[in-house]
Amino acid sequence: MSEAPKDLKYTKSHEWVRSEADGSVTVGITDHAQELLGDLVFVEAPEAGSTIEAGTACATVESVKAASDIYAPISGEVTAVNEDLADSPEKVNESPFEDGWLFKVEPSDAGQLDALMDADAYAAHVEAES
Amino acid sequence: MTTLKTTPLHAAHQRAGAKLVDFAGWEMPLHYGSQMEEHKRVRESAGMFDVSHMQVVDIHGPQAQALLRYLLANDVAKLKTEGRALYSCMLNEAGGVIDDLIVYWTGGDTYRAVVNAATAEGDIAHMQAVAKDFDVNVEPRPEFALIAIQGPQAVEKTLPLLPADLRNAGDLKPFSAVWNDKWFVARTGYTGEDGFEVMLPAEEADGLWEQLKDAGVHPIGLGARDTLRLEAGMNLYGTDMDDQTNPLTANLGWTIALKDAERDFIGRAPIEQSKAEGVKERMVGLVLDGRGVLRGGTRIETEAGDGVVTSGSFAPSLGVSVAFARIPAGVEAEQLHADIRGRKLPVRVVKPVFVRNGEPQIDLPKN
Repeated sequence: MSEAPKDLKYTKSHEWVRSEADGSVTVGITDHAQELLGDLVFVEAPEAGSTIEAGTACATVESVKAASDIYAPISGEVTAVNEDLADSPEKVNESPFEDGWLFKVEPSDAGQLDALMDADAYAAHVEAES
Repeated sequence: MTTLKTTPLHAAHQRAGAKLVDFAGWEMPLHYGSQMEEHKRVRESAGMFDVSHMQVVDIHGPQAQALLRYLLANDVAKLKTEGRALYSCMLNEAGGVIDDLIVYWTGGDTYRAVVNAATAEGDIAHMQAVAKDFDVNVEPRPEFALIAIQGPQAVEKTLPLLPADLRNAGDLKPFSAVWNDKWFVARTGYTGEDGFEVMLPAEEADGLWEQLKDAGVHPIGLGARDTLRLEAGMNLYGTDMDDQTNPLTANLGWTIALKDAERDFIGRAPIEQSKAEGVKERMVGLVLDGRGVLRGGTRIETEAGDGVVTSGSFAPSLGVSVAFARIPAGVEAEQLHADIRGRKLPVRVVKPVFVRNGEPQIDLPKN
């Protein structure tokens, strides 16, 4: 069973969100998602400074097996992207919740976080999907 | 849900923590953790594949050669040395590819073929139906397990584990085999690397697998098998060609032996006709230097109309995506464009062989 840290929020499309102290959020894909995708070879993150909208495709991760859209878990402005992934996309496989983060967002409406699942609800969602 | 067939190595895959998937009705390992690492191990050291789902078929009897010269598009009369192997397509009356296979001449009036898992049942039925007019037996040998050991260190790691009377396998030329009454060892493979394919009694398969593992040969799943064969420029049946495909449009012209005008074989007439008229499509290799992955079905734009990727993937040994694509025959451009999720990305047209014996066969972009 893949892990899902308790302090994160989750989407049905297998992204995770971490609320940082400065009010920004960090976004990545879950351990379960990277396991399904297999070895990643490219990550196309949104550009820093661009605006993303919750629920819409904003990035692509491509594995040996398939390409997969990443959906914005929250609306806001992208403030940073994980530059390390350009050369080392395998970090997403090795460390999906830490070194393999995808991008950071300054939320336009932090209230949207409340609509996301907690770790237990996400675990149940993964269970129901398999 | 139908029950999947399992090979004699199924327990070994479970012990190794394999991700098991349905492949042509068989429960087979997709990977044992990382497809990418498995791919690299085969290019750099040695890996082993359970290919027991492929089917061994023995053909023997006074007219074995006559049957195979009629059944196969390549000519088994080319096999002059006992143990030599030939790659061939088996065509239907329309010239479409029923399957591709390897056939060994095992001396006298005996041959051994190895056919694909997905097509095995149909292949055997077809072979047996055609064989009715010949004095010959077509005998499936499902009791064998098949293990392919591939990579630059495959031969040295495998040799000490072979039965003593088969250790001369180290002297085998590519596409040749030696055997005793139980084991059959061929210097063949599907990766572009040196190595063996070993047929052995099912009950001995687990033992050899474990000994190979102890010798440092890692198990490799079907995922890496696919990227390895793609890099090596080898077609996959059902993906790059099927019973609707003219082999001349699938880079298989070299396997069709038309030299002996006296030899009739199934599919000869339509192939000769399309050769005379000229085929409308040809298969090329593609390299995508940019970020993105060519995949089966990706549309390729040319000045003479669209082509399509038949097999495509990220190539772990090259760090870029490569593919086979069928494009309009007259197109000579060195650069085409691939439509990847709405983006038009430039792709280079190359000979469809990307890696051999660990060495890139194409120019790679400078970093």
